Amino acid sequence: MKVVGFLMLLAGWFLVLAAIVLFPSQAFRGAFVLSGIAVEILGLVLAFRSHLVPREEKG
Amino acid sequence: MPASKLADATAVACLFFIFLVPLAAAGLAIMNVGLGRSRSAGHMMMASLCSLAVAALAYFVCGFGWQGYIGRPAHEMLLGGKSWNWIAAEPFFFRRLDFNGSASSLVAPFQIFCVGLASLIPLGSGADRWRLRASCLSTAVLAAFTYPLFAHWVWGGGWLAQLGVNYGLGRGFLDAGGASTIQVVGGLSALSATWILGPRRGKYSGDGMAPAIPGHNGVLVLFGCVLALVGWMGLNSAGAILFTGGEASGAALIVINTMLAASASALAAAFITKVRFGKPDASLTSNGWIGGLVASSASCAFVSPAEAVVIGSIAGVLVTFSIEWLELRMEVDDPGGAVSVHAVGGIWSILALCVFGHFLRPVSNVGLDSLPEAMIGTVSGQWLAQLIGVATLLGFVLPVTYGLNRLLNRFYPFRVSVEGERQGMDLHELGAGAYPEYVTHTDEFLPR
Repeated sequence: MKVVGFLMLLAGWFLVLAAIVLFPSQAFRGAFVLSGIAVEILGLVLAFRSHLVPREEKG
Repeated sequence: MPASKLADATAVACLFFIFLVPLAAAGLAIMNVGLGRSRSAGHMMMASLCSLAVAALAYFVCGFGWQGYIGRPAHEMLLGGKSWNWIAAEPFFFRRLDFNGSASSLVAPFQIFCVGLASLIPLGSGADRWRLRASCLSTAVLAAFTYPLFAHWVWGGGWLAQLGVNYGLGRGFLDAGGASTIQVVGGLSALSATWILGPRRGKYSGDGMAPAIPGHNGVLVLFGCVLALVGWMGLNSAGAILFTGGEASGAALIVINTMLAASASALAAAFITKVRFGKPDASLTSNGWIGGLVASSASCAFVSPAEAVVIGSIAGVLVTFSIEWLELRMEVDDPGGAVSVHAVGGIWSILALCVFGHFLRPVSNVGLDSLPEAMIGTVSGQWLAQLIGVATLLGFVLPVTYGLNRLLNRFYPFRVSVEGERQGMDLHELGAGAYPEYVTHTDEFLPR
């Protein structure tokens, strides 16, 4: 889950880069940048969840 | 254009502002000391000093070589028919810098202090468990690679700054005082460090509770806030001159905005804690103060004082709730609150610029010759440029920082042994306590 989270962060960033290069229209570019950020947020959530303290270590 | 020689008065003022910046580092360092345990106080101050030293040397050796400055040699690549400036091509060891009052010669000392400041941020998160040598290694990576690379993109005329010229996105990514380059980069390093180190022993128990481990000296924490304020005034003013082409005469507005944002943020945090807990909380209020300083950074030269108050107030609310959310829900044990204050506060600062910023003068983050005078006033797309900056921080800087620190941790474990944590970092790593004459907890100062 940890690796997937960080890969999603990178994937979101590549989406943002692709949006800048590929779309001349600001509306499309904006939509894809927002999509990229949404993917990054999902990756961040996964990264946070994968770092929760395991139950056996809490006791 | 920033790469040319500054007017004498502006250069002198800029130099004065640069001399104030170490006070921000001093403020953060003693805040981190106060927010940690007494048995690790000396270690924290020692780690701060060593981090400043390592950061300065690493930046001197190769950091500036990769960061560079607007108008100086850089590597570019063609992407979609546009030139993307991605890394500087300066020789290492400041070899091609003439210290003659030019903007680039002022950038070198300014950046040495900035990278030192960024390197102190993660120390607060790793308090009470981060080994000294490991924190120095992490600092070296930050100062030699992560910081210079991102700072080049923002402050060195890199591709983020070029978004305006290349793609018509406002003036490109803008950050006058280092909200992104210093604060968010430092805050994300802090997050990486807390993830790798794990929580302090006893922080998260099986019954679902997360007992508070209070800082040992509230006076140090609050005094650190005042020191940091002075440093931040210098940081924001010098940054606005060097990286947005501002004049020294604009510093009065910047100083006022910095003070007002910090004040509003601290009062917001004090009010929230008073309402929620019955009494204002000193450590959260001080975190709110620093959060306000961070939030003021990106837009300090582009907003009115009233807008700075709004930016600061929102920062106070964000930082206060973020600290609680990260600690209780996400189990991020961050004794200094660095992730919330610097990463969350910094991201808010970046976004606040596109919400509140207005541009009454040309902004020269890529050199004025690339930017027509007509770009004074409102230019569409600034929000997109700022969002792309945030996406780059989360999508590139965080994974790279985490990956590099994880690699370091494999070769040289970051976390102190169980015995060392119980004994305290002072005795375990330095051989002497910070307060040997005031023994209040017998198990904290056991003879070695």
